[in-house]
Order: sequence, then C-alpha cells, then structure tokens
Amino acid sequence: MTSEGVLLRAEAARDKPAAFGPDLDLAAFHVDQATRETTERAARERQMREAALGVGVDLAAGQRAGTFLQVDQTVIARRVGGGFGGRVEILPTLEALETPWVAERLWSIVAPDADKYTAAAALRPTGGYCLRVLRGERIEEPVQACLLIAETALSQNIHNVVVVEEGAAVHVITGCTVNRATGGLHIGVSEFFVGKNASLTFTMIHRWAPGVHTRPRSAVIVEEGGTYISNYLLLGEVASLQMYPLTVLRGRGARARFQAVLCGRGDSVIDIGSRVVHEGEGSASETISRAIGAERSRIWARGQLVARTNHCRARLECRGMLVSTTASIVAIPELEADGVPQAELSHEAAISPIAEEEVAYLMARGLAREEALAAITRGFLNVDQLGLPPAIARSVDEVLAATPAGSL
Amino acid sequence: MNYPVLEVCDLSVSVGERPVLKGVSLAVLPGEVHVLLGPNGGGKTTLLMSVMGMPGYRVTGGRILFSGTDVTSLPADERARAGIALSFQRPPSVRGVTVRTLVGAIIGRRGGGGASLQELSGSIGTDALLDRDLNVGLSGGEVKRSELLQLLALDPTLALFDEPESGVDLDSIAVVGAGMRRLLDREGGGSAKSALIVTHTGHILREVPADHGHVLVRGQIVCRGEPLALFDDIRIHGYEGCLACQRCLSTLALPGGGVSRQ
Repeated sequence: MTSEGVLLRAEAARDKPAAFGPDLDLAAFHVDQATRETTERAARERQMREAALGVGVDLAAGQRAGTFLQVDQTVIARRVGGGFGGRVEILPTLEALETPWVAERLWSIVAPDADKYTAAAALRPTGGYCLRVLRGERIEEPVQACLLIAETALSQNIHNVVVVEEGAAVHVITGCTVNRATGGLHIGVSEFFVGKNASLTFTMIHRWAPGVHTRPRSAVIVEEGGTYISNYLLLGEVASLQMYPLTVLRGRGARARFQAVLCGRGDSVIDIGSRVVHEGEGSASETISRAIGAERSRIWARGQLVARTNHCRARLECRGMLVSTTASIVAIPELEADGVPQAELSHEAAISPIAEEEVAYLMARGLAREEALAAITRGFLNVDQLGLPPAIARSVDEVLAATPAGSL
Repeated sequence: MNYPVLEVCDLSVSVGERPVLKGVSLAVLPGEVHVLLGPNGGGKTTLLMSVMGMPGYRVTGGRILFSGTDVTSLPADERARAGIALSFQRPPSVRGVTVRTLVGAIIGRRGGGGASLQELSGSIGTDALLDRDLNVGLSGGEVKRSELLQLLALDPTLALFDEPESGVDLDSIAVVGAGMRRLLDREGGGSAKSALIVTHTGHILREVPADHGHVLVRGQIVCRGEPLALFDDIRIHGYEGCLACQRCLSTLALPGGGVSRQ
C-alpha cells in the first residue's frame, strides 16, 4: 500500500469506533509533547530507569541483543548489543519509513482503517521500533524495548514491525508503562513476520495507571515451520484496555502459543481476545488465558480459533477467577470451521471461585490467609510456566501480594 | 510447670449441624506418641482437624490447650506457627503451587536453622515430587510422602497424622514410618516431640512405637490402653466389643493425668 493510500484509508476511519471496548474521544488526547527533548533528556532517562524495571526491562542487566527506549514521543535509546551487529537491526520506525524491509511491510497486515485507533497511528504516528533478525541468526540474548508515557493526556501512537527471517530466533521483551502521568492513551500497532522455520517469543508486560487507555492493534504472520510464542501480562490498574490481535498460521506446520495473565484491579475495563487463523496444513495453536477479577474490574476474555485447512489443531482455554463481589468476568470462546472436516478445535472456559479448602490447607502450613490467597492466585495465573525474567516474576508476586485481602 | 503438649478438655465439635465429637478429653505429654483407633465415622479425623483449627469444625463445647495455652479460637495458621502440624489423609489439590514452593516457604519462614530442602527431601525420597503441583495427580504413597516432607520442614512440637498408612503400599509404609521416626526424633529413642496418630489398620504401629492408645467410637472415647494390646482386642472383638466392655475406662490409669471418665 502506498503511503498516500494508507493516509486516505486512515482519514476515512478517523471516527470509526472499534468493534469492542469503550469508545474513546481522541480529542481528549494530544500528540505533541510539551517538554523539549534536547533539554529534558537527562530527566527522561531517569524516568525510564525508574519505570522500566516494573515492566521487566532491566536497564542495568548485563547482555542484551538490543535495546529500544522511548519516553512519550522521544526515542532516548536505540542500540544493538556487542556481538550482535550484523545479526540484529533496530531502527526507530519514524526513521525507517524508507528502509525497504520496513516500507514493504508497514500496514501490510494491520489495516489503517480498522478503527479510529489504527487511523490515529497512521495519521499522527509518534514512534515505535522496527526490529529485524537476519536469516539463520539465533539470538541467545533477549531484545528489550520499553515505551513510557510520562506526560498526562498524551496520545502515544506507536507502530512496531518485527521481522524474524528464515531460520532465525529471538526473544523480545516489551514493557509499556507510565511514570508520573495520571492519564493518557497508548495506541500500539504491531506487525510481526515470523519466517520459515523461524521463532519469535514475544513477552509484553503492561503496567499502566488508572487514567490510561490502551489500544494495541497487532497482527502476526507465521510461515512454514515457524513458531510464535506470545506472553502477555497486565499488571496494575488501567482505565481501559482493548485488543484482539490476529495471528495467521500461514505455512505448513506453523505453530503458536499464547499465554495471557490478566490482573483486573481497581476500576479497570479490560477486553482482550486472540484470533488465530489456521491456514497451513498441520498448523497448531494453544491459547491460554487466566484472568483475576478483583475490586471493581470488568473483564471480557475472548478467543476465536478459525480453521481454514484440514489437519490443523487448536485449543483455547479461558479461566477466570472472581475475587470480588463488584467485579465481573465474561469468557467468550469461539470456534469456526467451515468445510474442513478434519480440523480439530476445542475450547474450555471456566469461572471458578478460590477454593476455601485450599486456603485452609496452606494456612495449616503456617501461611497467613493473605499469603495463602496470593500463592493460590499466583498458581492459578500460571505465572511460573511463562518463563519470565526474574524481575518480572518478582513484580507479579508484588502485585498479587499487594492485592487487598478484603477484595479476595 | 510441665504442661501437656496437647490437652483436649471435654471437647464437643459439630460439622455443619451434625454433632460429631461429644465431650472428648485426652492429654499428650512431651515426647509421647498416642494413637487414636476407631471405626469409620467415629470422629477421629474430626478430632485432628479440630486440634489443627481447620474451618468447618465448629467447637460447641470444651477447650483445646497447646503447651498450656488455650488455642481453641486460634486460626490454623497461628496454630501451625505455634508448633502444631497435621498430615492430612486426603489433602486438597492445589494447582499451580508446587511442593517445592510450599516447602521452600516453610523453610524460609524458619530462617537459617534446620535441614535444607534438599536434605529433607533426600531423606524420604521426594525429589521427584518437588516440582509437582501440590497433590495434583499424586498416588496415595506420594501424597503421604509429600505431607511428611511438609511436616519435616515445619518441625512441629506436636505432629498429627491422619491415617498415614492409608492408600500406601508396604514399601512406602516403611519409608513413611522412617520419616515419622525422624520427625519425632525417635531413631535415638525418645525426645520432646509428641504425636497423635489416627490409624485404622494399625500397620503404622509396627513402624512407629506408640505409648498410649485411645478408642474413639461415635464421638466419644470408650477405651484407653497400651496400643498394641488395644489393637489386638479390637481385632478379636471389634469396636462393638469395646462399647460392650467398659473395662478400660473404669480400671485403667489415664495417661497425661487429669482426664475424666468419658
């Protein structure tokens, strides 16, 4: 699509509401940051250091294959780790629009006119990163990215492109968070391309603030023999979060695994789904979400599995645990197979209480009631199986430990 | 004063609306091991659960003293931290919480002292269980060994065992028995650790010698005596024989002192 074509389509969708989630008035947010980036750089770096750890990005950690840091609309760091030059490329999106491997993929699998949020990202883009792992390079250290909103009422309109070429492998950890901002909007368009026999593990951690709205808009294409693993964690309160990423397992034997951990806190409105389309023969996917509804949170956990080929297999598991009388969870699994009688799709959705018998058992081992509840909810959230960096695992523990016992 | 480790005084307990224990009294002195015999449904598990302070077991009369302190109204976690531990007969499955996590937390609370997780686990052969979720898909013997590992980590003053031999093959009974002896520090012959063991079959008595026995039938203690002798009598006459006999309570000196006739 030409850039003019993108803009025309986006313009037409400027006011188009999303299919799900609360509709936002984008006029309430601005894209021009107030602070001047040259004079404020030191302050921004300090903000980033403070906030990044809470979303699993440890700037003091040793080896990283690559790092990308953006505060508000300013890229404050973009580097490839020592020994990874020529194997990994990281570019700020706004500087990469003419780069062939970026240009040919931008807006190729996410439509600029999908809704007003994709339109905003196309019409007023404010940053993001493009990452390429070159053919055959198996990157042993993670690439980390952190996107931070520091200024209240800002709209951060991010566009990321990740390309993992044939036979390559990488783990990307992206943290999105706030520092001092009490409200704002984060729009994140992501287009991921997992090449033949390539592997992308993408761990995304969101930790927002009660006044922040978030609208990720993602699509992933997985080619023959490729593997895409997505880990998503939502920690802390958010005003509203709505996303329904699309993954197309296009190649023969393509695989995907999705794990989402949602902690509904405060007055959060959370509407999260995952749509997986199986086009490649022998493709397979597993989607697992765990949601805890605490305090006054409202959670919709959606999932859609689509079979477009015979001999594909997919499983969807949505589990919710309500720990408050003022919270709600809606689990909506969907399976779709049309003319492919050999496809095998299954789902399991459950909303269940915390078993008092289990709490009492752990208390009989000396755990205080709050500790027992935290252990059980953490176990329910399946956090240990995500293989998270230690800083994130600790962060999840802290969030669960801080959940008021009264709301459990 | 040398208090009994456990003193159950005229204890009545209901489960739901149903009275289960009806005025039970017994006392366990430091270093003593007592066994509780009785038919199914007689109230043995209810007594152990009540001593542990598990919810759902409502004390309607009487008191439970632990080392001279009234713990009747304390929640289970406080009793556990005070030094009471229960090996459950059928513990619940807790998904997502591994044996290693729980035992690690218990050992962490204890501070630096005592044996390490590896040492304790190695002593009763539970290494393969450490990364399993608590009781999820474990065999009968594995459950007992997992429970025992937790008790070894807790290192309680008073250990309560609810049918430690049930669902366990003979080889595992030996392992469980060795672990219980280690827990009670009985390998060297006597210590200050005390235990109250519920047994249905009596097999565990071959592994862990007990000092005193009580027979609990229909919520009341109907007989006391030397454990093996009691068990032999029961094997011959059944629990109904106990009810008919009435010999023991009128003639036997009561262990622990001060326990009145039921």
